Amino acid sequence: MPIATRKRKADSTTASADATSEPQRKLTKVSKALQKDSISQEQAALPATPQTLTSDKGMDSDDDFNSVASSMDLGEEMSSSVDFGAGESDVDIDDDYQDDGAFDATAKDLAPKRKHFEVEFKVYSPQDIQSQQDTQIAEVANLLEQPSEATAILLRHTRWNKERLIEQYMDNQEQMLDKAGLGQEINQNPPRVVVKNGFTCDICCEDGPGLETFAMNCNHRFCTDCYRQYLTQKIKDEGEAARIKCPGDGCRKIIDAKSLDLLVPNELTDRYHQLLMRTYVDDKESLKWCPAPNCVYAVECGVKKRDLNKIVPTVHCECKQSFCFGCTLPDHQPCPCVLVKRWIKKCEDDSETANWISANTKECPKCNSTIEKNGGCNHMTCRKCKNEFCWMCMGLWSEHGTSWYNCNRFEERSGTDARDAQAKSRQSLERYLHYYNRYANHEQSARLDKDIFHKTERKMTLLQSTSGMSWIEVQFMEAASQALQQCRQTLKWTYAFAYYLARNNQTEIFEDNQKDLEMAVENLSEMFEKPTDQLAGLKVEMMDKTTYCMRRRVILLDDTAKNLKEETWKFNVELR
Amino acid sequence: MAGMSGKRLQKELAKIQGVLPPGITLVSAPDLQTWHMDLRILDNPLYPPHDHYRLKFSFSKNYPIEAPEVVFLRLTTDPRRDIPIHPHIYSNGIICLDLLDAQGWSPVHNVESICISIQSMLASNTKDERPPGDAEFVRSNRARPRDINFLYHDPSV
Ligand SMILES: [Zn+2]
Ligand SMILES: [Zn+2]
Ligand SMILES: [Zn+2]
Ligand SMILES: [Zn+2]
Ligand SMILES: [Zn+2]
Ligand SMILES: [Zn+2]
Repeated sequence: MPIATRKRKADSTTASADATSEPQRKLTKVSKALQKDSISQEQAALPATPQTLTSDKGMDSDDDFNSVASSMDLGEEMSSSVDFGAGESDVDIDDDYQDDGAFDATAKDLAPKRKHFEVEFKVYSPQDIQSQQDTQIAEVANLLEQPSEATAILLRHTRWNKERLIEQYMDNQEQMLDKAGLGQEINQNPPRVVVKNGFTCDICCEDGPGLETFAMNCNHRFCTDCYRQYLTQKIKDEGEAARIKCPGDGCRKIIDAKSLDLLVPNELTDRYHQLLMRTYVDDKESLKWCPAPNCVYAVECGVKKRDLNKIVPTVHCECKQSFCFGCTLPDHQPCPCVLVKRWIKKCEDDSETANWISANTKECPKCNSTIEKNGGCNHMTCRKCKNEFCWMCMGLWSEHGTSWYNCNRFEERSGTDARDAQAKSRQSLERYLHYYNRYANHEQSARLDKDIFHKTERKMTLLQSTSGMSWIEVQFMEAASQALQQCRQTLKWTYAFAYYLARNNQTEIFEDNQKDLEMAVENLSEMFEKPTDQLAGLKVEMMDKTTYCMRRRVILLDDTAKNLKEETWKFNVELR
Repeated sequence: MAGMSGKRLQKELAKIQGVLPPGITLVSAPDLQTWHMDLRILDNPLYPPHDHYRLKFSFSKNYPIEAPEVVFLRLTTDPRRDIPIHPHIYSNGIICLDLLDAQGWSPVHNVESICISIQSMLASNTKDERPPGDAEFVRSNRARPRDINFLYHDPSV
C-alpha cells in the first residue's frame, strides 16, 4: 500500500482515547520494571532451586520436551546460557524452559547424539496445546488459590507470563484482580442479563417491553441481541477473542471471559476457544504456528532470538513443512536468519539487474544458438553443435569434476585491475551476480525437477498398469525427487551464505563441501531426467546416488553449523 | 438475525427526515442500502459556505454492527459537487477516518453522528492539501474503503 496517511481521529472519540492511553503507557513502564526485577531474581534463584514441573503434559515423550533447552548444545559457551547478558534488550524469560532445562541430564545422555545443525523441537496438535494450557492453569490456580476460570483470565491478561503474574499478584492482589476485570465488584455482581422495561437499545433502536439487556460495569447497556451480534462480528469476521472491547463509543473496557461465556452464541464457542488458543501460542516465545496454509499444528522450540546468530533452527512440522523457527520462512540452512533477510532485501532491490540471469534461455557459448533449459540439470548439450557446457558458468562440462575446476567459487581478481572506483563497483556487481546466479539457478532447478517428477510419476503409473511393476517399486523416484528438492534448497542458501562470507582458512572447506554436494546433485539430477524406459534399469544406481546426495548435504550442514556455533566464520557484514 | 439493519435504518430515517443539525441535509434514501447526504461547512474559509459536498452511505445487512461505507462523490452535472480538500480525504472521495473502520467503529454511531464528525473534521481543518501519496493511491487503489489499512492514527491533524 503506497499510502502512509495518518488517520484522523474523530472528534467525538479523541478525548476519551487520549484519556485512557496515558495510564496504559504508564502500565507498560511498570511492568517492564517488574520484568527486569524478575530476571535478576530468576538468575539468582535458578542454580539453587531447579523446580520440577508436573510431567503430566499430555505428551508422548516428556523427556524430549524437558531436555529441549538443556541439550540445546550450543557448544561450550552454552553452559552459561541462563546468564542473560546485562545489556540484553529483549526480555524473553520463559520459566518453563529455565525450569525444565535445569534437570534431567539422564535423558540427554541416553539420547542419540544430535547433529550440529539439528535442534530439538516438538510438534503439538490443537489438543496438546489445550492440555498444556490446562496444566498451567491448574498449576497456577493451585498457587494463587483461585478458581481455574479466574486463573485462566489472569494468565491471558499477563500474556501467559507466569512469573510476572505471580509476582504482581503477590504484590497487590486486589489491583491485579481489578486490572484483569476480576475485581471484587465482579465477584459480588457476576455478569447477568437484565430485563428492562422502557429501555431503548442504542444499536437497534428496539424499545419494546421485556427487552433483555446487558452491560458491564462501564454501564454501556445494549440489548442482548445486539451484544451477541457484535460479538459474532468480532469473533467470526475480525478474529478477536481475548481482547474484545465494549461496543460503547470510545469505551476501552475489555469484555471479560465471564461475560463472554454468558453472551457468545453457542455456535461460536468452538471458534472462540480456537482463537483463545491462538493467543496462547502467540504470547509464548517458545511456541510458533506452522506457517503452512491451513496447518493447525504448533511447534515448540527452545532457541531464543539471541541465539539466532549461532544456530539456524530448522523444524519439521507434522504436515511435512520444514521451516525456520527463528523467522518462520521455509528452511534456509545453513544461512543465518539475519543474512537471509539481508539477502532477500538485496535481491529485491537489485531485481532488475539480476533478472536477465535467471531467464530460461541462454546462448550456446560455441555456436550462439539459443538454448532453453527445461530440466533441473546444469549439464547442457547444444543440439546444434553438440557442445557440452555448464549452464551456470558456461564453461566446458568436461572440466567439471576435475579437481582444479571451481564453478562454485567466485575468483576475486587481483588488486591491480580493481583500483579505480568503477572497476571496484563492477567487480562487486560481478561478485553479487556470481552468487545470485547460482542461488536463483537452484531455486529454478528445484521447480524443474519437480515438474519432471510429476511427468515421470504419471508415466510410472502407466508403467505399473502395463508392466506389473508395483507402486512400492517406483518409490525410489519419489525419494530421488525429494532429495533433489532438499539438496537444492540447501545449496541455494549456501550461495547467499557464501556471498556474506569473508575469506579465511575455513572458507575453503566450505567451498569444497559445497562443490561436492553440487556435483552429487547434478549427477542425480542428470540421471533423473533420463527417459522413463531407462529409469527402471537405473534404480539401484539412483538409490545409491540419492543416499550419497543426502550424506553430502549432512556433511555440509554439520560443518557449517558447527563453525557457526563456534563463531569461526567471519562475515563481511555485521550479524545484526 | 439477518437484516438487523432494517429496523434501525427506518428509525434513523424517521429522525433524519425531521430535524438535522445546520449544514447537514438528506438528499435521498431510496432504499435501506444506499443513502445520499449533503454537507456544508459553515465557518471555515477553505470551504465556501454555499458549497455542498455529497456523501454516499452504503449499508451492509450487518449495519450498525458493521460500519457503513462512506465516501464523497464528485458530480459533474447539476447539481455539481466537488470532493473537499483535506489531508485525510483522497481525491477519489475515500475518507481516512478511524470511526469508519472496524477498530474505531462503535455500533452506537449513526448516519447523523458520522455526518457531524466529518463536518467538524472539515470545519477545523487548516491545510489546503490532499493526503501524501494521493495521486499514487488514487491511481492504484482497487480495494474497498473498509479493506484499506490506513497506517497511522494521528489525532492532531
Ligand atoms: Zn463500555
Ligand atoms: Zn439492540
Ligand atoms: Zn504444519
Ligand atoms: Zn530463519
Ligand atoms: Zn552450440
Ligand atoms: Zn559450471
